Amino acid sequence: MKVELRDPNTIMKLSRLGSFHQSKLSFLRSFLSEFKDWDYNRDLFNLDKDGYGEAIYSFKKKDRVYSLVCFANKIEDEERSDRVIATKWDAAFTLYDGVPSKDDIKRLKNEVPKQEIGRLTFKELTLSRANKSVRVFNHVVKNLSEGKQPDLDLLSKVGYLYRTTAVYGSGKFGLADRFRIKNREEINGPFRLEMMLVYLVRQFTFDQVNHVAHNINPKTAVKLNNQICKNLGIGNSTGLGMAPFIVNHPTLLNNWILSRETALKKIREIKIVKDQDSELFKDCLKKSLKNITSWNTDSEYQQNKIRLLLRDVKKFINHVENDFDFQSEFPFNQIYLWLEQNSCEECIEYVVSIMMEPYNDITGPLVSNMSSEEEKYFNIPTNRTVQELLEIIKTRYPNILDINFDQKENHQNFWFISKNKEEPRMADRFEEHGSELEQPLAIARDIKKLYEELLSLKNDSITIAQFLSLNPNLRHVVRRAFIIEKFPYSEIQDNTIGKSIVPIDMLRLKLSFFGALKFDPRSDKWLRICMFQGAPLPNELKNYDEQWVYKANN
Amino acid sequence: MKSLSEIETAVKRASRAVGFSWGVSEEVGKSIRLLELFGLAGIQNLNQYYKEREIKKFENLNSISKTNFAKKAFCPITLGVSFLDQIKIIENFETIHFKNIAYPVIFLSFLSRASEIGGKKIYVKFDQYEILLNLNVNIFSNGFNKDFSKHSNNIEVKFLDNHDNFTDTEWNSLYKLAEKTFVEESDSLKQSGAGAGLTDND
Repeated sequence: MKVELRDPNTIMKLSRLGSFHQSKLSFLRSFLSEFKDWDYNRDLFNLDKDGYGEAIYSFKKKDRVYSLVCFANKIEDEERSDRVIATKWDAAFTLYDGVPSKDDIKRLKNEVPKQEIGRLTFKELTLSRANKSVRVFNHVVKNLSEGKQPDLDLLSKVGYLYRTTAVYGSGKFGLADRFRIKNREEINGPFRLEMMLVYLVRQFTFDQVNHVAHNINPKTAVKLNNQICKNLGIGNSTGLGMAPFIVNHPTLLNNWILSRETALKKIREIKIVKDQDSELFKDCLKKSLKNITSWNTDSEYQQNKIRLLLRDVKKFINHVENDFDFQSEFPFNQIYLWLEQNSCEECIEYVVSIMMEPYNDITGPLVSNMSSEEEKYFNIPTNRTVQELLEIIKTRYPNILDINFDQKENHQNFWFISKNKEEPRMADRFEEHGSELEQPLAIARDIKKLYEELLSLKNDSITIAQFLSLNPNLRHVVRRAFIIEKFPYSEIQDNTIGKSIVPIDMLRLKLSFFGALKFDPRSDKWLRICMFQGAPLPNELKNYDEQWVYKANN
Repeated sequence: MKSLSEIETAVKRASRAVGFSWGVSEEVGKSIRLLELFGLAGIQNLNQYYKEREIKKFENLNSISKTNFAKKAFCPITLGVSFLDQIKIIENFETIHFKNIAYPVIFLSFLSRASEIGGKKIYVKFDQYEILLNLNVNIFSNGFNKDFSKHSNNIEVKFLDNHDNFTDTEWNSLYKLAEKTFVEESDSLKQSGAGAGLTDND
C-alpha cells in the first residue's frame, strides 16, 4: 500500500505547526545519538566559594575537540531579566572549536559576558547566556549544604536550575560562519552545536550547585542525586526573535517538515508491525501521560490545549487497548486515520511523534537530510515564463489566494526590527508607527500581490527576467515561489500578519524540532520551555535509554 | 572580524534602506558577501556608492545589448541584477561593452554569480585591470590589494568558451606519466583480472 505525504495546505497551517511535539528527529535527540561515543571531560573548574569563576567542559573524538567555556558572574536580583534587553546574566557561555589557550580564555572572559556587544571570532561556534531560577537554585543549595536532597515537588514544577535567554550561532557577533564547519560529519544536522552548548551548560549547573553547597558546609553537604539531576533540564525563554527564522529559511523548513512527513508515511506503509515495536509504541504512549500531567503553565491558551490533549490521548489509549488489533495489516495507517477522525490537532501530532519511537531504521537516515544548502536555491530561474509562475502559485498557494488582504483584519500587524536590540518584533499597523519599515515576512500578502500582478499581464509568455525588470518590488516572492515548486513544505500556508495570528505557534514549531518539552506561553509572543529534561548525564551517554523522554520522573 | 553572515545581513538591510526592493537587497547581500569572501573591497565600495547615490543620479539598464551606453553612470546594482537575470540570453553575445559604469567592483560580484549560472568563465577588462571570474569559485585579478576605480568608462565582458588551458602535447606528456601507474596485463590477468568474461553475448 502506498500512502501519500500529507497535504502541505493542511500541515503548514499555523494551528497545526503550533501543535508539533518533539520526536526522534528532534535536534537534541539526534545530537545525543551522534555524540554518544565521544569522550566527555570537565577540563577546568575554577569557581570561588560562591560559585563565580570559569569552567570548561569538552567533547573529544580523535583530533576533534569542542570546548564549552563558562563564565559565572555575580549579578544583583534587580539586574536579572529574561528579556533580550538585559545586559547582565548569571552565567555566559561559548562553545570553542578546539582547546582554548590561556590567552583565548582571557579574551573570552572579556567578550563572552558582554554577549551581543562583545566580539567573538571564527574559533567560537556558539554563544549563550543563562539566568538562575533563583528560587530553585537557592533551595537546592540550602538543602544540599544541610545534607538533604531538595524538594522534588518544587523541582518538578520548574524543571531546571538555569534557563538560557538566547543561544546564538552561524556567524552572529563574529562567531564562525556555518560554511567553515558544514562539512564536518558530526554536525550534519541542524543546530547540533547549539544543542551541545545547552547540554553541557546543563552539566555546569549541576556542578555549580554542588560546589556552592559544599563550600557552605563541607562537613554536611551532599551532592545532588544523579537521578534528580537527570530529571532536571535547562529552561529557555524564547520571544519573537525566533519566529522570522522559519520564514527566512524556506528550504531548511521544508527539510525539517519533509523528514517528519516522510517518517510518518513510511510508518503508515508498514504492513505487519512486530510485537516488540507495537509494545514499545504503547509503552511510550502510556508513559508519556506523565509529561502531559506534569505540564505546568498559567497560560489559558495552553491549558486548554493540554486539557484537550490529555482527553484525546486517554481516549486514544483506550481505543488501542480495547478496540484495536496490532496484528491487522497496516496498523499505523489505521491508527493515523482514526486520529484524524477522533482527535484534536495537538493529539494527532503528539501520537505521530511517538509512532517514530520503534523505527530507528526509518528516522536515522532522515536526520541527515534535515540541513539545507540554501545557497543552491537562491538564484531565480529567470528564463522561465510568467505562465509557469502563475501555475506554481495556483498549485502551491491555493488557500493563500483566498485571503482578502483589503480587509483590515487580514493585514492588521507588521513585523519590524527594533532599533534598540536589533530583534524582530510585531506591532499593530494601525496603532503604531513604523510600518513603512516592515520586514518582508508577510509572504501570504505578497504572494497574493504577485498573483494579481501576473494575472493583469496581457502577455503571459514573457520571461521572469522581463517581469522582474518591471516589478523589482516582487522579486523576493518570485524567488520563494520557485523554491516552493521544489520544496512543498517550505512555506507557512497561513497569514502571518492577520489580526488573529498567534506568533507562539511559529516559535513552537521551531522549538518542537529542537526537542523542547512543556511549552509554557507567557503571552501570545513569548514562552518558556525545558530542554534535556530526563536526558542521560554526560557520563551515561555511552549506554542510554533512547526513550528517556517518556521515562523522566517529573 | 565580521562574519560573512553579519556582512550579508547588514548589506541587505542597508540596501533596503537606500531604496532597493527586498528582493534586490537580498541579491546585493549575497554579492557583497562574495566579494568579501574573495578578498575584494565590497563593503568599502558599496558604502561609497550609497553615499554618492544620495547626491547623484545613476542610470538603470533593464535590457542588456552588445554595447550599452549611459549618459550618467550605470548603477552597478541594477545593472548587475539585469545581467544575472538575462544571462541565458546575453551569453550568446560573446562580448559585451558597457560605457560609463559606477563602482565596477560591485558589478563584478554579479558577474561572478552569472559565471556560475551560465556555466562559463567570464573575462572582464576595465582600466588597467584584467579579471577572470571562475564559475563563482574565485575571482582572479591583477588588481588584488589595489583600490579599484570608482568609475570606469569602458568595461569589456567576454564569455569564455569552455576549453582546456593546455595543449594536447602537454596533456599527452602528463598522461604518459600517469600510465606508469598501470600494470601491463598478461594473458592470465586478462582472463581473471576483470569481472566480466572476454565475450559477453547473451
